[in-house]
Amino acid sequence: MYAQMVKSEATQEDPEKLAAFQARIDAGEKIEPKDWMPVGYRKTLIRQIGQHAHSEIVGQLPEGNWITRAPTLERKAILLAKVQDEAGHGLYLYCAAETLGVTRDELTEMLLDGRMKYSSIFNYPTLTWADMGAVGWLVDGAAIMNQVPLQRTSYGPYSRAMIRICKEESFHQRQGFDIMMKMASGTEAQMRMAQNALDRFWYPALMMFGPSDKDSVHSEQSMRWKIKMNTNDELRQKFVDQTVPQAEYLGLTVPDDKLVWNEEKNGYDFSEPDWNEFFDVIQGNGPCNTDRLAARNKAWDDGAWVREGLMAHATKKSAMKVAAE
Amino acid sequence: MAQTADLFEFLCRMGDNTLVLGHRVSEWCGHAPVLEEDIALANTALDLIGQTQMWLGLAAEVEGQGRSADDLAMLRDAWNFHNVLLVEQPNRDFGVTILRQFLFDAWHVEMLQRLITSSDQRIAEVAAKSVKEATYHLERSSTTVIALGDGTGESHNRMQDALNLLWPYVGELFADDAVDTAMSEEGIAPKSSDLRDAVMARITDVLAEATLQVPDGDFTHKGGKTGFQHTEHLGHMLVAMQNLQRSYPGATW
Ligand SMILES: [Fe+2]
Ligand SMILES: [Fe+2]
Ligand SMILES: [Fe+2]
Repeated sequence: MYAQMVKSEATQEDPEKLAAFQARIDAGEKIEPKDWMPVGYRKTLIRQIGQHAHSEIVGQLPEGNWITRAPTLERKAILLAKVQDEAGHGLYLYCAAETLGVTRDELTEMLLDGRMKYSSIFNYPTLTWADMGAVGWLVDGAAIMNQVPLQRTSYGPYSRAMIRICKEESFHQRQGFDIMMKMASGTEAQMRMAQNALDRFWYPALMMFGPSDKDSVHSEQSMRWKIKMNTNDELRQKFVDQTVPQAEYLGLTVPDDKLVWNEEKNGYDFSEPDWNEFFDVIQGNGPCNTDRLAARNKAWDDGAWVREGLMAHATKKSAMKVAAE
Repeated sequence: MAQTADLFEFLCRMGDNTLVLGHRVSEWCGHAPVLEEDIALANTALDLIGQTQMWLGLAAEVEGQGRSADDLAMLRDAWNFHNVLLVEQPNRDFGVTILRQFLFDAWHVEMLQRLITSSDQRIAEVAAKSVKEATYHLERSSTTVIALGDGTGESHNRMQDALNLLWPYVGELFADDAVDTAMSEEGIAPKSSDLRDAVMARITDVLAEATLQVPDGDFTHKGGKTGFQHTEHLGHMLVAMQNLQRSYPGATW
């Protein structure tokens, strides 16, 4: 997902406090920034929300890659608005993380020097216009699977950020599907681009949910704290079940020979992605890791004088205001 | 009634300015110095693209040859783009980008305010829709130019460099030709030269507050507005912008 394989922190605190905290969560109460919370809960959330925020920001790049080449003025405007939304999502999420006592700049530094991760999916290239369709349809589609339940997460600011984000994500997914429809029913070249985009993005999209975590202690703790709502396998299954009929509707072929409807489980059987590839990508060896981090670092470094200039001016102005009072 | 060709030309100039600048600004998406700026730049680009759809849409309608705004944007050759050279200047650094935006906004707001009373109702309507956005852009670019001009030594120097670089492109905004005369005789649009004093007053006020020095000399580069001689940069922009439409003729997207 946008936050993959987030380790949850063990917590050694007053058992009474912990029990009371767990009771609040079980009762469906929201935890707010000023409330007492276990150290592990705070740390896990910072990691998860931070990773999610970074994914939104790095996620601007593969789609931003096509803004200057969008085929019509309307498509250009829609894509630009979408990528702008993702920047907005990043902003909401950094703000949510800041309520836990970490600054946006600290989180950014950790992204830039590789201490924090972002979703593996954004290390794949966007090679044709159909990829703008595939990303909206599959990547935003997979993100929604995970983010809709997170609207009910126990941490108040995170939950509220998710509610705002989900409204926009479903719009993104529809736009992506709309591009796919145009491409899949277009000229031969466009149909080829559409199929090719599905071929390249299918397994990376399945990887977004992370490896199976049904036996993971980390996931179990996170689920008890309601900062993770479903297992990775549950979400992946849901995604496949939703997406396969859409691919059929488009007249595209999901690149999986083993894909078959299973009446008994009322869902599809499907092939697992290549998890070795996933770990390669996570470790920095995806096709675009180097470029993505270089782009973010360049933006940050080149922008230093602007941030400093704006701050210096703001400081002078408020000093003048104080002097005038 | 003005000649269709003149009116078409005037509308293309308006639309090409917003198209080319919108494109340039959109190149920042995902690469801005700070998240809030990334969002603001995308917003500006979006407004400009929306305005392009209106201006070029109207141009296509006036022309009456069955072309659309997209056809004009995606299938014309560089010499048929009649934007001023200022807007096709590359982004370079954020200073150049925001100063280019400010210089354009100062002109744009003045122009749109006058076009609200155009004798051509359709133009008046587009201007009325656009002027709010342009006014907001000008507010934003002005405060950013002032902040960075006044900010640190480095930000001041970079803004001064940006101003020195872009200043010779300002004059083209006020250069008249036969199309301007035709538009002004019909009460459709002011002459370009009519805008000079008001725009320059806006510009110099802000630059003074930004502690930036207006460069000496009044040399002006020209050739964008007439299409006679663009900079080398426009061709590269069009290669990207027009790639899909030209590579796959007749496809719908
Ligand atoms: Fe998002
Ligand atoms: Fe997203
Ligand atoms: Fe999205």
